[in-house]
Amino acid sequence: MFESILLTIATAATPLLIAAIGELVVERSGVLNLGVEGMMLMGAVTGFGAALATGNPWLGVLAAVIVGALFSLLFGFLALTLATNQVATGLALTLLGIGLSGMIGTAFVGQPGVKLTAIHIPGLTDLPMGRFLFGQDPLFYISIVLVAVVSWFLFRTRAGLTLRSIGDSHTAAHALGIKVIPIRYAAVAFGGACAGLAGAQMSLVYTSQWIENMTAGRGWIALALVVFASWRPWRVLLGAYLFGAITIAQLHVQALAVSDIPVGSGPMWLVSESGRWLLELLKSVPAQFLSSLPYLATVVVLVLISRNRRMTLINTPASLGKPFVPDR
Amino acid sequence: MRLELVKRPQHSKLFSALSPFIAFALTVIAGAILFALLGKSPTAALYAYFIAPLTEVWSLHELAIKAAPLILIAVGLSVCFLSNNWNIGAEGQFVIGAVTGAMLPILYPALQQSMAAMPLMLVMGALGGAAYAAIPAFLKARFNTNEILTSLMLVYVAQLFLDYLVRGPWRDPAAMNFPQAPRFTGYAVLPEMMPMDGRANAGIIFAVVAAVLVWLLLNRMLKGFEVKVIGMSPRAGRFAGFSTTRMIFFSFLLSGALAGLAGISEVAGAIGRLQPSISPGYGFAAIIVAFLGRLNPLGIIAAGLLLALTYLGGEAAQISVGVSDKVVRALQGLLLFFVLACDTLIHYRIRFVSAVRDATEAKGNV
Amino acid sequence: MGNTPPGATSDETDLLLDVRGLTKTFGTLTACDRVDLDIAKGEIHALLGENGAGKSTLVKMLFGTLTPNSGEIRWNGRPVAIRSPGEARRLGIGMVFQHFSLFEALTAAENIALSLDARTPISQIAERARTLSVNYGLPLDPDAHVGDLSVGERQRIEIIRCLLQEPQLIILDEPTSVLTPQEADKLFETLERLRGEGKSILYISHRLEEVQRICDRATVLRHGKVVAHCNPREQTPASLATMMVGSSVHEVKREAAQAATGAVLIEIANLSQPAKTPFAMPLKNISLSVRASEVVGIAGVAGNGQGEFFEAVSGEVRQAAGTIRIRGVDAGLLGISGRRLLGAGFVPEERLGHGAVPGMKLSENMLLARHKSDARAFLRGGALGVIDRSAVEATTQRVIKEMDVRKSAEDPEASALSGGNLQKFIIGRELDRTPSVLVVNQPTWGVDAGAAARIRQALIDLTRNGSAVIVISQDLDELFEISDRIAVMSHGEMSATIPIAEATREKIGLLMGGADEAARAH
Repeated sequence: MFESILLTIATAATPLLIAAIGELVVERSGVLNLGVEGMMLMGAVTGFGAALATGNPWLGVLAAVIVGALFSLLFGFLALTLATNQVATGLALTLLGIGLSGMIGTAFVGQPGVKLTAIHIPGLTDLPMGRFLFGQDPLFYISIVLVAVVSWFLFRTRAGLTLRSIGDSHTAAHALGIKVIPIRYAAVAFGGACAGLAGAQMSLVYTSQWIENMTAGRGWIALALVVFASWRPWRVLLGAYLFGAITIAQLHVQALAVSDIPVGSGPMWLVSESGRWLLELLKSVPAQFLSSLPYLATVVVLVLISRNRRMTLINTPASLGKPFVPDR
Repeated sequence: MRLELVKRPQHSKLFSALSPFIAFALTVIAGAILFALLGKSPTAALYAYFIAPLTEVWSLHELAIKAAPLILIAVGLSVCFLSNNWNIGAEGQFVIGAVTGAMLPILYPALQQSMAAMPLMLVMGALGGAAYAAIPAFLKARFNTNEILTSLMLVYVAQLFLDYLVRGPWRDPAAMNFPQAPRFTGYAVLPEMMPMDGRANAGIIFAVVAAVLVWLLLNRMLKGFEVKVIGMSPRAGRFAGFSTTRMIFFSFLLSGALAGLAGISEVAGAIGRLQPSISPGYGFAAIIVAFLGRLNPLGIIAAGLLLALTYLGGEAAQISVGVSDKVVRALQGLLLFFVLACDTLIHYRIRFVSAVRDATEAKGNV
Repeated sequence: MGNTPPGATSDETDLLLDVRGLTKTFGTLTACDRVDLDIAKGEIHALLGENGAGKSTLVKMLFGTLTPNSGEIRWNGRPVAIRSPGEARRLGIGMVFQHFSLFEALTAAENIALSLDARTPISQIAERARTLSVNYGLPLDPDAHVGDLSVGERQRIEIIRCLLQEPQLIILDEPTSVLTPQEADKLFETLERLRGEGKSILYISHRLEEVQRICDRATVLRHGKVVAHCNPREQTPASLATMMVGSSVHEVKREAAQAATGAVLIEIANLSQPAKTPFAMPLKNISLSVRASEVVGIAGVAGNGQGEFFEAVSGEVRQAAGTIRIRGVDAGLLGISGRRLLGAGFVPEERLGHGAVPGMKLSENMLLARHKSDARAFLRGGALGVIDRSAVEATTQRVIKEMDVRKSAEDPEASALSGGNLQKFIIGRELDRTPSVLVVNQPTWGVDAGAAARIRQALIDLTRNGSAVIVISQDLDELFEISDRIAVMSHGEMSATIPIAEATREKIGLLMGGADEAARAH
């Protein structure tokens, strides 16, 4: 039972993780793309549609990644080439994504989709905790690999150093002959691809259907996760799993009965009794309150992380959100 | 071929005036292409969207009804955005305003027979919206927390709270399990102004009055000057003796109050009761209205009417041309994109640089 | 063709760099007009000229960030076209800019690595940088984060970065503007060492005594043209200045300094302030009194707390009661508006973004600083605060006329003005009120000589009316010209003031370097 709870947490955490790690790279290059929610929805609807049309969930994933990247380039053109206000442009991307995905998805509402099935390694998957470690859907493993790759890229390669330098000071980078705008375009596209992938996870793994606005604010939570992680990849992992747990709490509280928690013996008695008490408490609270927990938790987490102004100043990429127009 | 931006020494007044129109024209063109791709006649669809709703009087009333909340909210947002306070949670403040305003008719139904009911409700709605907006304001002022994310998260919380109220403690027992609160009666209903011609109520008047008052504030009064200075250059604002912290509260409370007022007006007028869904995304569409109106309250009146037109047009086109009303949302998002893109021309000239020239002129300098 | 260096033959192939007729135009503006320049191997060559003379344009063409419209550049006798900084580096030209291109969040080694090719691992670069820096007497720690370093240390990174590429010609742009006199001496030793190795240096400066000290020859630019090639040691600072400006420079007129006897108009007692951000400087126990008709100059290299001191005195940051008194009134708890009402005026270091809003018109910027002090004239309607546009505009035009502000429109945006003209407006805005106390931070930074002289004279004229003036400046020449007393800020502390007659550049230089610990008490 414990393992199955963990599995649901992982499934809830994965889209947050993928979207957040993509946005982390974007923000490390000094660009603030608030359009994550819109890009995720575009990925979700495209992934669902492509998988439905071809019967192959992997083609759905591929389509979502490509569409996410292309969609983000729209933002890129405005924010990077035309130097528009990045906050407003990101919002515009979200609104467009919500509208466009709703429009495209009208044909898909109520349709049963194609699921991206979990892997099964004979021998390993059947071990205790085997399903969690070796029996999840492929996107779970991709999400972990992504975090490792981004961490290695940013801190162990020259290209990553260059990207970070742009985030610190695009004027200094430009003066050194670094090509600021093309690199930022690449970062933005990577972020878009990740957001698209995260959206595909929602419509191909988390559920296998399309519902309008199905991300329900996860794109925004992903943005908060990047701040919470102080722009460091492994901390994004921590945050995503924390929030995955909170997001999934409501379903478990409804599904579980207090009697499902076994009474522990010895030292475990305290743990199990607290668990039963907590479950009773949560069950007595209105369902809507439980549903609002992820959003409230996001606010709390943001307050905690931004209280320390010194840390914020040191960790935030200094040129984040500032438009860049090179002097000619 | 590359696109290059050359900074103008001063803002272009020409493009300041023209850019919303260019953006609108581009959106219309994009819409025409979209309709063609969907297999519908572009002219028929464009007519249904933009012309047809203007042809009937009752439809003009509907326009006023839809425009009122958009204008009210966007006017408040203009003060926020001009001072660099990004209140994205107006949708939530709208909802909470509706809830606090509705407290009177729902908790004290007898008071609905008193003439004091409507003014009280409106005031409570505004206060509720302001109080809800005070949360992200406080978090930003005290803890330096990003107001975009906090105000947005609170939108989801507000919607869930409304859902809880309407399905739970405030549910109308006579409504046969429909999730809604009891209908407002007596003076708790915002009356139609010209009932023979249509449904328009005083909401549009609140909107226009608010727009004019805020325009005066922004353009004629020291407070408005303070708003703009802090938005453009917070350091210069401190040099002038202005307080960025006070401005955070001022802008959020003002826009929260206006959004709350819009919320209670909508619920006491057009809808007539509290129910789970009371806004087709007004709080977010108002962001588009604010930018389309170039953050100028008078421009916002026009922009609000325009966006209301697209809402009506979407509904009409669904019937007459067979285009889904979701297309409206997509077009509204595109409109904001074009507005932002065209705004670039106000600050920069665009130059196309050929590849040949690129090779001879070096890049990169301090 | 310039005069050949003493002792050299006229064989042109001995020249490292030979520039002939170099011209660069931007639209209708000719920034460089048929400039000739030559530099021999093992020579330190000065490039003199005031702001706007064309020095940076010329140098950018040598470094490849701009391409000339006509003219020829010969390197070691061969004509070359320098199309990018990369090409310049490959030829052997290196440059250290006045404004550093450094990344605060990264280490020194990472910063250096970003300007070198991508193949060498950073650890190797760090080692080479460390060794080189020690060899040349400019030690630096490759693993330090740039954000933690002082300005002088940051400059070392720029220099080491340049030297690692083994240039034959090094261009230095105003290198001593950010150094204490002692650090400048260290730099000169390094330069002489480089010259001894056969390398050449193009030294851009407007500091004439320095140029005389270390440069072999000088080229003087004015309005884009070469007006002279000379040997600076055969000139006087005055003759060099005349060449640069074209006419005798306006000498600031002032009466002989006497010990002031007027009332104390501003008194700062034991001002301490913690650092607001990790990169800011805390203020420690600063005390200062300024009397009527006095100018007190505050010297110091950038980054020693001048900005923080200005913020504290102006009231952008408030203090405890009793710390600051203006005209006898306790001002510590008051904000900047309150202090203005007591008769104080303030001019910050940054024009755009602090002293003025770039996107706003001059009349709006007038209101920026004077809405409180001139509320009766500029505002109507009591609490409503309705702005009386015509009153504000009238005052604006008056200041523009008084200070001779050159502009392209009737009421242009602040960003459309040149630095000097905007500074004249900003100072004029305060002078128009005849403040009893005026505090100015870097009054003539980035301002052309004509406007600078005008500003300095205006400051002195203000004291004739009985006002007290505090001038914070990195330009020691300026302070010696206009101050009655001079103090030094170093590491957030202020020395005692020294009457100008007793002050020497050496003494001040030592204080700037923080050497004199004892002279701290008031």
